[in-house]
Amino acid sequence: MTTFDHGDIQLDELALDDEIVRRAGVATADVAEYALWLGDDALVLAQQLGWWISRAPELEEDIALGNIALDLLGHARSLLSYAGSASGRTEDDLAYWRGERDFRSSQLVEQPNGDYAHTIVRQLAAAVSMYELYSRLQSSGDATLAAIAAKAVKEVAYHREHCVEWFRRLALGTDESRRRLEIALDHVWPYVGDLFRDEPLIDRLEGIAVRPSSLRPAFDAVIDALAAETGIVFPAADTARGGGRRGWHTEYLSLLLAEMQVLAREHPGATW
Amino acid sequence: MPTLEEQRFDELIAADARVEPRDWMPEGYRKTLVRQISQHAHSEIIGMQPEANWISRAPSLKRKAILMAKVQDEAGHGLYLYSAAQTLGTPRDEMFQALVDGTAKYSSIFNYPTLTWADMGAIGWLVDGAAICNQVPLCRASYGPYGRAMVRICKEESFHQRQGFEILLELMNGTDAQKAMAQDAVDRWYAPSLMMFGPPDGDSPNSQQSMAWNIKRFSNDDLRQRFVDMLVPQAEALGVTLPDPDLRFNEQTGHYDYGQLDWDEFHEVLAGRGPCNGQRLAHRRKAFEDGAWVREAAAAYARTQAQLEKVAS
Amino acid sequence: MTTPGAADDREEWPMWEVFVRANRGLSHVHAGSLHAPDATMAVKNARDLYTRRNEGVSIWVVPAEFITTSDPDAKGAYFESPAGKNYRHASYYTKSEGVKHL
Repeated sequence: MTTFDHGDIQLDELALDDEIVRRAGVATADVAEYALWLGDDALVLAQQLGWWISRAPELEEDIALGNIALDLLGHARSLLSYAGSASGRTEDDLAYWRGERDFRSSQLVEQPNGDYAHTIVRQLAAAVSMYELYSRLQSSGDATLAAIAAKAVKEVAYHREHCVEWFRRLALGTDESRRRLEIALDHVWPYVGDLFRDEPLIDRLEGIAVRPSSLRPAFDAVIDALAAETGIVFPAADTARGGGRRGWHTEYLSLLLAEMQVLAREHPGATW
Repeated sequence: MPTLEEQRFDELIAADARVEPRDWMPEGYRKTLVRQISQHAHSEIIGMQPEANWISRAPSLKRKAILMAKVQDEAGHGLYLYSAAQTLGTPRDEMFQALVDGTAKYSSIFNYPTLTWADMGAIGWLVDGAAICNQVPLCRASYGPYGRAMVRICKEESFHQRQGFEILLELMNGTDAQKAMAQDAVDRWYAPSLMMFGPPDGDSPNSQQSMAWNIKRFSNDDLRQRFVDMLVPQAEALGVTLPDPDLRFNEQTGHYDYGQLDWDEFHEVLAGRGPCNGQRLAHRRKAFEDGAWVREAAAAYARTQAQLEKVAS
Repeated sequence: MTTPGAADDREEWPMWEVFVRANRGLSHVHAGSLHAPDATMAVKNARDLYTRRNEGVSIWVVPAEFITTSDPDAKGAYFESPAGKNYRHASYYTKSEGVKHL
């Protein structure tokens, strides 16, 4: 965001379209798998943030978190639709009829909402990494992925600002908020490394996918700056076993999916 | 002899003009407005819960997005209304506190449970439908900030009723289980939605004064009749049955007659003895209390930053 | 003279007035108010609250307590003067009717 004289803050770059462009295109099996990585991350996060609507610390924050959840859900729908094009499945087939082992989301996003500090810490890692990812994915050799990224990067830029601002406030606000933030970091940060693990799939998608490990320096630069500003010591980011991209998850995902999928699965073949 | 101020106020009302925050107004007018607007705001905030209950289980991603956007709108509407009430001198925190203390009232409709997905359809179609009937005339309420808040709310709410109707239509075009789900939801929400317009005109002591002040434009029964007349053809289009054996067209009046409503139940729910009163308040109170440390942190940060800026300059 | 509704010590977060520019070339117009702990968050909250449907391209926020309003009791003194001075309006000048480009 750029600040002009007399406090005029331009929002052009934040203008949101109704839905992400859906370009007709059929994904190859590998591209579809990669689209699931990103789509499942967005879907699981949207599902988590949706919980806050009616429970946030202040009404204004109910709305802010709702906006972020809706953006992410939009990304998930585009990415899952595209992933489904490889196998003749819809976004809902993929969201509601896959089991936990078939989800390709990182272990970070399935970590529980916890208190507000947990949500902000998880959101910080997710939004900062997504911003770096989508920035690069805009020049993907795959036109559909590039188009989705071009739309998503603007929205994620805002998500990143939102959680950075909140991180500052929790870190420098009160003793209590700092204490809670440090607990949240201890719980959540070990799963951050799962965002940056390369898998053999990435070798097969040269020029199409963004290599996760290549995002790490840019991610670390943002986090290091925040650490310097706030005096918060970030724990090591790689201590959890990881493996979400291979379908290895923590205990939380299965429960999250059970709730998300229960109604759809009670009515196979129904439309809504 | 009315004072000069009273005369000016009466002239504004007589001319159907708007009263603005810094105008003189009778204490009764101010009190009525604070009560009505804050209750309206509380209703929006408590009203988020029955629908938020199904966000996590929405049966398709499209429906999930629509429902999230709708519940989010309700937070916004609560916020607009608290702002309008605040122009009358009561801070939002104070109104909020009254809500979580259980001393403030809100629309009794939100104390009913949402048991199935079809309730999302029934709430949109019936509850929002009734709300819109109520709210459109409020856009012309004599108190400027209230009217302006209602204009914004009505604009945003236009999609709420339609999405509810669409949910029910999809269900009625679906499997037998889906059809049964839709009819069951309509059976449960129909009568409570009719009661949203408030007690019959004979039992609504405040209505007359509100109408004289141009806050309320139509009586409870008039609005209810308008709503029923609207519903009947819509129910036919959906293929659902409205659960009222006495519902029939009256050739003489040109309106639909409808059966007695259970006002004892209405007063019970309003008095805090509905199916979900305790649950709704506990949810709101928990969110408010769990968020306290976050709000304090942000306020403390703002104070520190302001001080740093002062020192720097 | 502060505006009614301005925050005071009874409130945790102060109240802000929000002005939104709907499009380039237009003025910022008052959209409503909200609560926020500071200016940065107020702009963000305003974006989330008042531009969810493409209502704006730019936002101003002002602490409600910093807005000074004219006194409505002095309505006469403030707003009577323009009445009777319709020579400030083009429609006052009728002699040129029928003459082009005037």
